[in-house]
Amino acid sequence: MDDQLEDFKKTFFEESTDLLGMAEMHLMDLSITEPSAESLGAIFRSVHSIKGGAGAFGMERLVKFTHSFESVLDALRSGKITIDKSRHDLLMKGFDVVSDLVREAKGDVQLPADREATVLADLNDWWPQDGGHGGSGGGTAKAAVAVKKIQKFIVRFKPLRTLYAKANEPLLILRQIKNLGNAIIACTTGGVPTLDRFDPEEAYIGWIIQIETDIGEAALMEVFEFVDVDSELSIQLQPDGPQTIETPFAAAAPATTEDPGQEVAKTAQAAAPAKDGGKEKEASEKSAAVTSIRVDLDKIDRLVNMVGEIVITQAMVAEQLKQLNIESKNLMNGLESMQQHTRELQDSVMSIRAQPVKSVFQRMPRLVRELASTLNKDVRLVTAGENTEVDKTVIEQLSDPLTHMIRNSVDHGIEMPDKREAAGKPREGTILLSAEHRSGRIVIQIVDDGGGINRERVKQKCIEKGLINPDAQLTDEEIDNFIFLPGFSTAEKISNVSGRGVGMDVVKKNIQALGGRVNVVNKPGQGSRFVLSLPLTLAVLDGMVVTVGAERYVLPLTSIIELLRPTPEMISKLITHGDLIHIRGEYIRLLYVHDVFNIRDAITNPADALVVLVEVDGGQKVGLVVDEVIGQQQVVIKSLESNYRQIEGVSAATILGDGRVALILDVIGLRQILLDRAASTHPRTLEAAS
Amino acid sequence: MSQTSSNTPARTDDEGKDNDGAKNLQFITFRVGKEEYGVDIMAVREIKGWSPATRLPNSPHFVRGVINLRGLMVPIYDLRARFGGGETEITRTHVVIIVKVGERMFGVLVDAVSDILTITPDQIKPAPEMDSTVDSTFLRGLITIKERMVALLVLEKLFTTNEVDEAKLIAESAA
Repeated sequence: MDDQLEDFKKTFFEESTDLLGMAEMHLMDLSITEPSAESLGAIFRSVHSIKGGAGAFGMERLVKFTHSFESVLDALRSGKITIDKSRHDLLMKGFDVVSDLVREAKGDVQLPADREATVLADLNDWWPQDGGHGGSGGGTAKAAVAVKKIQKFIVRFKPLRTLYAKANEPLLILRQIKNLGNAIIACTTGGVPTLDRFDPEEAYIGWIIQIETDIGEAALMEVFEFVDVDSELSIQLQPDGPQTIETPFAAAAPATTEDPGQEVAKTAQAAAPAKDGGKEKEASEKSAAVTSIRVDLDKIDRLVNMVGEIVITQAMVAEQLKQLNIESKNLMNGLESMQQHTRELQDSVMSIRAQPVKSVFQRMPRLVRELASTLNKDVRLVTAGENTEVDKTVIEQLSDPLTHMIRNSVDHGIEMPDKREAAGKPREGTILLSAEHRSGRIVIQIVDDGGGINRERVKQKCIEKGLINPDAQLTDEEIDNFIFLPGFSTAEKISNVSGRGVGMDVVKKNIQALGGRVNVVNKPGQGSRFVLSLPLTLAVLDGMVVTVGAERYVLPLTSIIELLRPTPEMISKLITHGDLIHIRGEYIRLLYVHDVFNIRDAITNPADALVVLVEVDGGQKVGLVVDEVIGQQQVVIKSLESNYRQIEGVSAATILGDGRVALILDVIGLRQILLDRAASTHPRTLEAAS
Repeated sequence: MSQTSSNTPARTDDEGKDNDGAKNLQFITFRVGKEEYGVDIMAVREIKGWSPATRLPNSPHFVRGVINLRGLMVPIYDLRARFGGGETEITRTHVVIIVKVGERMFGVLVDAVSDILTITPDQIKPAPEMDSTVDSTFLRGLITIKERMVALLVLEKLFTTNEVDEAKLIAESAA
């Protein structure tokens, strides 16, 4: 039983996290001038659900706070009070308190005893509670402003089995009812047969609800909108005067509404008898199982690994067959369909692990809010594309870099309100966090409308730190990219928020380790835009296999623009930039892979070799000089770091059809090696020294 | 040599090897040129013939490359090259000892495997004091077996993945 309780608790915390995230999003979007009833309703329901669960588990502190909070939300939703900017902030604060309290209840943190005190006082100030926290949430608010006529209804509600089959949850309906007014809910269990005749999929339980409310019959009926065809339902208006509930079925103890905690606890118990022979939870779980199941992550990972091995084996078989030189149409056809199936299998398996980026994005609003209030800034975070899906492995790695970057935007990007006003901008700064799929990658952007990067200051700093020569002629883009250098920080004073000079270099390193890139587009005075581009998965990659000398390498297909065999006339030399290739009026720098990797017996003359034009960050192109192209192939990414270490210019390794290892090239890393070598004639950059 | 209770190396618990108690220690010994070396048998995962390795660019000269060992990327080190004897010319008799130290798995290319030794801890003699500029932490100690000297190696000290150390080694070998 204890285990079960723990399980329920776990579910409660999981749900709370979801609910908080959802409510927070609604809260962020809430317009102050015209708050949408839908958002207010959603926020209210989230808080109310948390209160319900908290009550069931006896988390008094959480119940107490959510109770006051939901009263305010309820008053707001029914239009008894209005919202303004400071009130909106108060709601936000209230939210943070709720999530803190949830975490405390979970045992993650220890909160000071007065954590919620001010917020609670403010909330009570805004919408005074009558008599402390007595009375039910909805009831208190209603009783205080009993303008409309209160009517008393008796509702008989008995779900049919079809209701559960459609994954409806009566508990939610009952909770909703309770929010509508002063409700007494009794469960009728008389229909439950003895165990020998018990059908676990049948619905036996019904409820009788006596409710005093001012919303009228139509609104009451609305609650049952989606379930009325799947239940026996009757709503009767009762004449005024004391009424007792008649119970046509035997032994049904009415839940009373004396204390909020107790009340919700009872309802929760009544509505979710779950494992103890009750069938409704079971039934709803059963119907839910039709649409989704929970699977242990290890199992999925094993599956992913296995599919990876199949892909390799399949490539091996294909290669062996090619060498056998058998002319067999059937064999080739079979091989081809196997290839397709393998590919589909892989895609399906990968999609199992795909998750919306929401889980990461959800953590950001609070971060922004808290930072902004510490720094006395006005910042609004707008998110878009939260439902963009990406592999779990990528999501896990995303949280830290994003946190860093958002923090930077709030701290360094957005200016103080007065300064903004002087610059003719709204006092409130905006940060846009968005995600989208773009040509097989996920692109995440962080755009702020702050001051942008101060190039003069960046340059000054770099000179001070000896990173660059004072006379160096630098393009704007080069200067902007200095913020990614290790140990670089332009913050004039070190704040405890950011500005310790760790951050952007770590971000860049982390993102690159994922096979991603990060770019900055800087518009001084208008803000900056950070663009992260990441692969959708870290498990497989479409690649082009090339040779350089005796070695084979894999180039990520997504980075390749075109392949060409240049004529000698297309090649020219520039002392400062090495060899260039002239193509369609554009000069593109050549990068000799054999030179960067010190490979002997490779083709050195680009006119005899192949040039692969690839895109590096920011739309820049580089021409990689390789010997030959073998072909295109999907490869399984294997980490080199687990047994060796990261190699510059190499993002990972893979296994080719013959079982040999081939390295996957990291184009950006290759270019970096080249730049570092070129820079060694100039003062060394920090990057090279680290 | 002390008594071996059985022919197969007894897989004792890990604690057996570091305790100074009377527990026996087992080492796999192998040859590189005329020298004989030993490594803790507990670290050895398998011994296999040479299979071509894929070169790792800009790595120290003693890194022969990386091989695919049942789906794992395993780097192969050349012990002779590590000790300054130049790159090993591989023949069919050369073997690779695959070891796992901590979470890291790697292979060491040697000329041949010679024996399994079972000894008591007190048979290990400390290596003589060296010039302080020579890093000898990779040497666990020396033992004498039938007039032969066997140097017990700490492979993870010999083949670190620390880039700074590697850079130093690259510089040394270039000089």
